[in-house]
Parts: sequence; C-alpha cells; structure tokens
Amino acid sequence: MNWADSFLRTLKENDVRLVTYVPDNVLTPLIAGAAADNYFMSVGATREDEALGTLAGAYMGGMRGVVMMQTSGFALIANALASLIVPYQIPAIIVVSERGTLGEFNIGQVTVARTLRPTLDSIAVEHHTLTDEATMPFIVDKSIKQAFTTQSPVVFILSPLLTGGNPLAAAKLK
Amino acid sequence: MTAPTIDAPDVKVLNRADLTKRLVAKLKCDEAVVAGIGNTNFDLYAAGHRPQNFYMLGSMGLACPIALGVALAQPERGVIALEGDGSILMALGCLTTIGMVKPRNLTIIIMDNGIYQITGKQRAATAGTADIVAIARGAGIADSHWVRDAAHFETLMSRRFDEGGPLLLAAKIDDQGGTAQTPRDPALIRQRFMRGLGTGRASALDG
Repeated sequence: MNWADSFLRTLKENDVRLVTYVPDNVLTPLIAGAAADNYFMSVGATREDEALGTLAGAYMGGMRGVVMMQTSGFALIANALASLIVPYQIPAIIVVSERGTLGEFNIGQVTVARTLRPTLDSIAVEHHTLTDEATMPFIVDKSIKQAFTTQSPVVFILSPLLTGGNPLAAAKLK
Repeated sequence: MTAPTIDAPDVKVLNRADLTKRLVAKLKCDEAVVAGIGNTNFDLYAAGHRPQNFYMLGSMGLACPIALGVALAQPERGVIALEGDGSILMALGCLTTIGMVKPRNLTIIIMDNGIYQITGKQRAATAGTADIVAIARGAGIADSHWVRDAAHFETLMSRRFDEGGPLLLAAKIDDQGGTAQTPRDPALIRQRFMRGLGTGRASALDG
C-alpha cells in the first residue's frame, strides 16, 4: 500500500467523507483515489478558502471533511483560518503538499513556502510534517481523533521525503 | 425607481431587512440559512433568531461555500445562502463550483446595493458594469433571476427549498445598513446552529 492509499484508509477509519481540494501534482494520487471510491464525496474548489468554507458547512451538517491544497494555496487561507475555522472551533483536517523545499525550481514557491509554518504557529494551529510511511498512520489517525475531540483544526504537511516531491521538478533542476 | 445597470428594466429597488423578513416568514421546514458577513447576517438576526441560522462574523465571501457544505451533508434539508454583492464579487469562483455540483437543495440570494455599504458606501462593480445574474448563469447556475419586486420575491419564495435547486436570486436593494447587531460569540453560534441541524453534541451540561 502506498502513502496515498494509506492516508485515504485512515480518513475512512475516522469517518472523514468529504474531500474538497484545489489540485496539485503531488496530491494527484489522493485526489484520484478519493474520486474512485464511492465512500468519499469529492468536490473540486476554485480556491482554498472556498474549500475550507465548504468543509465548515459540511461539518456543521454532520459530515466530516478534509481539504487538500499546495503550499501556495495555503497562503490564501489565513483569513478563513483566523476568522472562521479557529474561532468557530471547526475541526478541519487540512492537507498541504509541501513545495518550495528539497528540490524546488520555482523561487516563488520557495518564498511562499516559508510562510506556512510561521502562519500556523502564529495562530496556534497544530501541524505535523509527514516524512515517512511508517509513522504516518499513527500521526494521522491520532491527530484526526484529537481534532474532533478538541474541536480544533490540524494540518498535515506532506514532505517530499514522503511523497517524492513534484514529479516535474527533477527535469528542471540543474 | 428602477436599477439602470442591468438588462432588466422592471427590477425595482428593494430593502434588505424587508426581503429578509419575507424570506424567514416563508420558512416552514427548518431550512438552514447561512448569512454572510456584515449587514446580511445583521438583518437575518433582526428578522428573528432561528436555531437553523448561521451568522458569519469574518471570512468574507464564504457564505455560499458554507451553505454548499451544509447542503451536501444534509441533502434532505433546504439550505439558503444570503450574501452581499461585494462579498460574492470576492468569491465568484464558488458559483462555478455550485454550478458544477448542482445541489438541488441550495438557494442563493444576493442582496445587491452596488456599494460596500458597511465600509463607507464605496462603489462596487455591480453599480455599473457587473450583472450578478448573468455571471451566475455563466457559472452554470442556469436558474438565476433578478427579483422584480416584493410580490415577485414572495412568489419565488413560496416553494420547497429541498428540491429544484440550485437557484440564485439577486435583488437590487437600497443603501440602508443592517438593522441589528448579531451576538459575536462564534463557538456559541456554531453550537446552536448544529443543534438546530440535529448534529450538536449532547452534553451533560445541557439542562
């Protein structure tokens, strides 16, 4: 079982059904895996804050959800996190595929990636960087349970150490 | 008085608080109402609190995405999003998502005064060039209409909200501000809304 299948299985085991996302190369196996499985309800969003809004509504309506995005998309959601998810105590499960490090070719991605962890730390949102398949199921399962029990969001940052990074990057690196 | 900037010369300028009261009076099946930041949720609150009301205190532009989420999670319940023109201009992409997903239990009502009323009445694109109904139709919400007058609104609201969607209505409204202030306790708003939707967590603290 690859990392994406394992991740989706842990979502299922925790009743997380709604998958809303803005696409990304690294996320493709998660997005495609969810779309191919009738358990999940997949909704492609046009922006990452829109996806968070849909997750918040679904949660209040009784359906647990996950939002998936790339690092650059994360930079669009500070307001949605700070004025919706955190104050309304929405247990949002957020997946960020990490670009901008470990073999990035686009300087814009490098710079925006540096805002990720400081932004989360500044509003005290729990985050975990997933680097290997062996520890991932424990981290993801326990953190999802913690999120729903404590009414708090959690962010999983998918490191290139786990995913192999952007498959298009290698050809562009010198 | 008619609104000059859209291709619907018989559209009259209405009032947000009045329309919101008329909407709430039509709700018979515990429909969920998600109201956007500022005047939109102030007037929803002013129309009389209901357990199925959600008041957004920040996150400008997200009333429709939140309503979409409720509609997907509870497909048997009618869900209504109330949003301002400035807010929807900030989040036009969500109309394309709703046009694609086509939730049959979602109704969107846009209160269009052509200004950012609450920040000092600055002019919005909807005052001169942007037509919300045309945009919504282009986004894939074919059933999008201008509200002609209060009687037309009453007729449009005399329906089941759990089927026949997605429907988008836009009303040209005057420049009046909201008529009440919503309590600003987000955790309490969420808990009460979830109880109203039957999803709230039971607690030993409940009396």
